[in-house]
Amino acid sequence: MNKAQASADRASKTQHPQNPNERKPHERLERVAIRFAGDSGDGMQLTGTKFTESTALAGNDLSTLPDFPAEIRAPAGTLAGVSGFQIHFSSTDVRTPADQPDVLVAMNPAALRANLADVRLGGMLVLNADAFTEKNLERAGYREDPLPDVRERYRVVEIPLTKLTIAAVADLGLSQREATRSKNFFALGLMYWLYGRPVESTLRWIASRFPDDVGEANRRVLMAGYHFGETSELFPVSFEVPPAKIEPGVYRNITGNTALAWGAVAASTQMGRPLFVGAYPITPASEILHELAKHRNFGIKTFQAEDEIAAAAAAIGAAFAGHLALTVTSGPGFLLKQEALNLAVVAELPLVLVDVQRAGPSTGLPTKTEQADLLMALYGRSSDSPMPVLAPATPGECFSIMLEAFRLAVKYMTPVVVLSDGYLANSAEPWRIPDTAALPRSVVSYHTEPAGFAPYHRAAETLARPWAIPGTPGLEHRIGGLEKQDGSGNVSYLPDNHQRMTDLRHQKVAGMARDIPPLELRGAASGRLLVVGWGGTHGAIATAVDETRADGGEVAHLHLRHLNPLPSDLGDVLGRFERVLVPELNTGQLVRVLRDRYLVDAQSLTKVQGQPFRIAELRSAIARLLED
Amino acid sequence: MSEPAVGTVETKLTKKDFETDQEVRWCPGCGDYSVLANVQRVLPEFGIPRERFVFVSGIGCSSRFPYYMNTYGFHTIHGRAPAFATGIKLARPELSVWIVTGDGDGLSIGGNHLLHVIRRNVDVQILLFNNRIYGLTKGQYSPTSQLGMKNKSMPMGVIDYPLDPVAFALGAGATFVARTVDVDSAGLQDVLRRAHAHPGAAFVEILQNCPVYNDGVWEAIEDRRTRVEAGLPLIHGEPLVFGAKGRRRGIRIEHGTPRLIALADEDDPVAAGVTVHDERHESPAYAMALATLAPPDFPIPTGVFRAAERPSYERLLDEQVTTAVRERGPGTLEGLLHSGDTWSVE
Repeated sequence: MNKAQASADRASKTQHPQNPNERKPHERLERVAIRFAGDSGDGMQLTGTKFTESTALAGNDLSTLPDFPAEIRAPAGTLAGVSGFQIHFSSTDVRTPADQPDVLVAMNPAALRANLADVRLGGMLVLNADAFTEKNLERAGYREDPLPDVRERYRVVEIPLTKLTIAAVADLGLSQREATRSKNFFALGLMYWLYGRPVESTLRWIASRFPDDVGEANRRVLMAGYHFGETSELFPVSFEVPPAKIEPGVYRNITGNTALAWGAVAASTQMGRPLFVGAYPITPASEILHELAKHRNFGIKTFQAEDEIAAAAAAIGAAFAGHLALTVTSGPGFLLKQEALNLAVVAELPLVLVDVQRAGPSTGLPTKTEQADLLMALYGRSSDSPMPVLAPATPGECFSIMLEAFRLAVKYMTPVVVLSDGYLANSAEPWRIPDTAALPRSVVSYHTEPAGFAPYHRAAETLARPWAIPGTPGLEHRIGGLEKQDGSGNVSYLPDNHQRMTDLRHQKVAGMARDIPPLELRGAASGRLLVVGWGGTHGAIATAVDETRADGGEVAHLHLRHLNPLPSDLGDVLGRFERVLVPELNTGQLVRVLRDRYLVDAQSLTKVQGQPFRIAELRSAIARLLED
Repeated sequence: MSEPAVGTVETKLTKKDFETDQEVRWCPGCGDYSVLANVQRVLPEFGIPRERFVFVSGIGCSSRFPYYMNTYGFHTIHGRAPAFATGIKLARPELSVWIVTGDGDGLSIGGNHLLHVIRRNVDVQILLFNNRIYGLTKGQYSPTSQLGMKNKSMPMGVIDYPLDPVAFALGAGATFVARTVDVDSAGLQDVLRRAHAHPGAAFVEILQNCPVYNDGVWEAIEDRRTRVEAGLPLIHGEPLVFGAKGRRRGIRIEHGTPRLIALADEDDPVAAGVTVHDERHESPAYAMALATLAPPDFPIPTGVFRAAERPSYERLLDEQVTTAVRERGPGTLEGLLHSGDTWSVE
C-alpha cells in the first residue's frame, strides 16, 4: 500500500462505512487487549495479524503475542489444538502484549477453556455460540456447560458465528465446509467495528490474496461481521482508542524475525558485500530463512542445507570465500552447530549465528519462548572457545543488532552469536523505519597485499587477523582446526604457542568491550534496587519498573544487549545499587554470570512456562525486594 | 571445463609451484604421497592461476592434504568438508574447489554431507582415499572394511557389511564417478583431468594403501604384475575386457547382472557378446552393475564409471540471482524497508 492510502485509512478510521445516522455512541478507551483464540485450523494467527495491521494504521502503539501449538492441525476442538493471538493497543506507550486480555474471542469451547483464566475478571467474551455443542464441550473436557457460571463473572456475548457466516455467503454456491472456513473474518469484522479499526487494508489484502469466489466470501463475511456490530443490540456502544503520540516518522509493523532478516540485508548493503545464508528449517527461526530467500535480487544466496551442521559449515565456507555469512537456528540446532563454531573461533572467520531460543531441553516446546541458551552460547563448546554474544531487546532492535553483529564479526574476525527468542520472533510492534541514508556505511575491504602477509598476523588494536580470500594472488594459505602458530598460521604443537594463542583469542573477544557504548539506565543511576534483564523480557521489565516508580518505588532498570564481553562499566553500575534482581526466562543463567564475574549478591527471578513474564509477576518480585 | 575461460596464467606453473614448505608427515610408504605428487603434477596443466584453487578437507590422514598444497586450503572438521566446500563454491563459483576425504571421514561421520554435495551436483572435485581402515586414530575398522577383518575395535572380526564408495556415489545421483589406484600415476592423472573437466560434482575413489594398519589391502591391483588380472580398465567405447594374453576375459552385463565371458586371443569381444563401456549411459543402473564387480569372482573396475551432464547447483543458484535482478531490479534497502503497509506520523 502506498502512503496516501495509508493516511486515507487513518483518516477514515472512525468513519463507519454505512448507516451514519444510526451510529451507536463511542466510548473512548486508553488501551485494550484482545485475544483471538480458536482451533489451529480456524485462522486465528491470520485474524490477529490482520487486526494488528489495521490497528497500526489506526495510529495506536501496540504489542502482540502469537501463541500457537507445534502441531499443524491438532485434533479439532481439543485443548492441544488451541491457537491464540493477543494484541495490546493503546493511545499511549505499549511495551508488552498485556498480562490479561480485556476481550477474548473464542471460536469454540476449547478456546474458552484454554484461555478463560487469563481474561480480566469482568472482561468481554465473544463466543461462537454455534460451536458450543455437547460434543465440543466434551472434546474440550467440560463435564457440564460452563456458560451459566461464566456469565456471572464476565460479559458474555454469544453470537451464532457459523450460521451468520453461512448466511452471508448463501448465494455463492460454496459447500458448507468452504463457507464456514470464512468465519474468522466475521469475528475480525466485528472487532473492527467494535474498536473503530479501518477495514480497507484488509479488503485490499483479501482481493489480492484469494481467488474470486473465496475472496468474495471472505469480503462478505468480514463486512457481515462489521455490520453485525453496528446493527445487533448485543453491542450498545463501540469503542475508540485514539492514536498514540509517537515520534514522527514513517512506521510499519515488524516482527523480530523479519527485523533480523532485514538487518542482515542491511548489513550486506551497508558493508558492500554479498550475504550468504546457510540454514536448516527449525521453529521458530525458519521465517528468517523464508524472508531472506525472497530477496535474491540483493545478490543474497540462501542455502537450505542437509542439516544444521552443514548449514553452519557452508556459511563458514562462504565466509572464508569473502561473503557476509549468516546461519539461523534455534536451540537444538545451535547445539549441533557448536562444533563448526569452534572451528570458526580457531579459524577466526566472521560469521553471525542467530539463535531464536525456544523452550527446551531437547525438542521441548518448539513454539514457546525461553531464554535458556545463554550459557550454551557462552560456554557450550569444547575447550576454551570465547565468542561474542549479543541479544536484542525488542522486535525493532532485532534490525540494528544484526548490523552491529556483522560489523563486529568483520572488524574482529570472529563468529558472533545473536540470541533472539520465540517471543521476539513472532511478536509485532510498530517500528519507525530508519533513515537508510543515515545508517553507517563502510565497505569491507579484504587483505590483498602479499608483501609481509601472514594469515595470523594481527591488527594491533583489535587483534583481528587479515581477511584474505581465495582468488587473491600471492596470499595462498591454509587454515584449519589444528592449533596455529602465532603469525604464520602454520600448524604448531608447541606448548608456549598454544598458551599464547588461547590468550590471544580471549583478549580479542574481551577487547570488543571497547565498542560497547556506556550503559543507560531507566531510573536513577544508583539506589535501592536495580533490575537487570536481557533479551525479549525488556518490555515487561521496563513496564514493571515504570509502574513501580510511578508508585514511588526506588528501582532502576538496566537491560543488557552485550552478554559477551560484558560492558566495561557494568561492575560499577551494579555496585551503585543495594540490591540487584535478575529476571530471566530460564532457571537462572545471567544471574550466575553476574555473580561469577562481579561477586555481586544478585537475586534471581525465573520462569520457564513457555510464556513471557507478566508485569504483575515482576512487580511483586520488585516489591518484595523493596520491602525487605 | 569446470572453470570458465578465465584461467590462463602468464607464466606456466610447475609441480613445484604447488608444493608448500611444510614437511609432509604421512607414514613412510603411505599411498597418500603418490596421490599428492600426482595432483601437484596435474594441476599446472589446467592453466588456472594457483590462487583460484581451494583444497578442503575434514579429519583423518588424507585430510592433512591441504597443508601440503600451495593453494588456498581449509582443514575443517570431521566429515563436514563437503558442506564447507559447498559454501565456498556457492560464494565464488570461479574457484576450483577440491574436497579431500577418506573412507571414514567421507562415508561414516560425513556420509550425509557427501551424499548431498553429490546429489546437488555442486561443481567440486571429491577425492575419497579408500584404505578401508581408520589410520589417524590407529587402526579401527571403517565403513569399507571387509567383513571378518580383524582390527583394534573389532578384534574378533568386522560384522557390519561394507559400503562400496562408487555404488554410494551412484546412488546419490552422481554425474561423474571414477575409481583409480594410488600408485597408478597414469591412471590417476587421467582421472584427475577428467574430474576437473566435469561440470558438476566429480567423485573419485582412490584405492590407497595404509602400510601401517591395513597393508596390502589393494595389493592385487597395486602390483603391476597382477594388475592386469585384478583390474578392469574402463574405457569409453571399448569392450569390458581384462586379463593377460592367453587368459583374456570379457564381461557382459545383462539386466543388471554381470557375467564373465572367456575369450580366445583372436576373438572379437563385441561379437562374443562383451558389453561395450558407455560412461554416458542414460541409466545409472549400468554403472551400478559395474560397481558390483569385485574380487574374488570379478576384477576391480578402474577409470570413469559414469559421466553425465546436468546443470550444477551453483550455476542454477547464480541464474536465480540473475533472474531476480533482471525481473525486479537490484534490491535497495530503502525499497525493502518501505515495502508493504506503512504509515506516517507527523
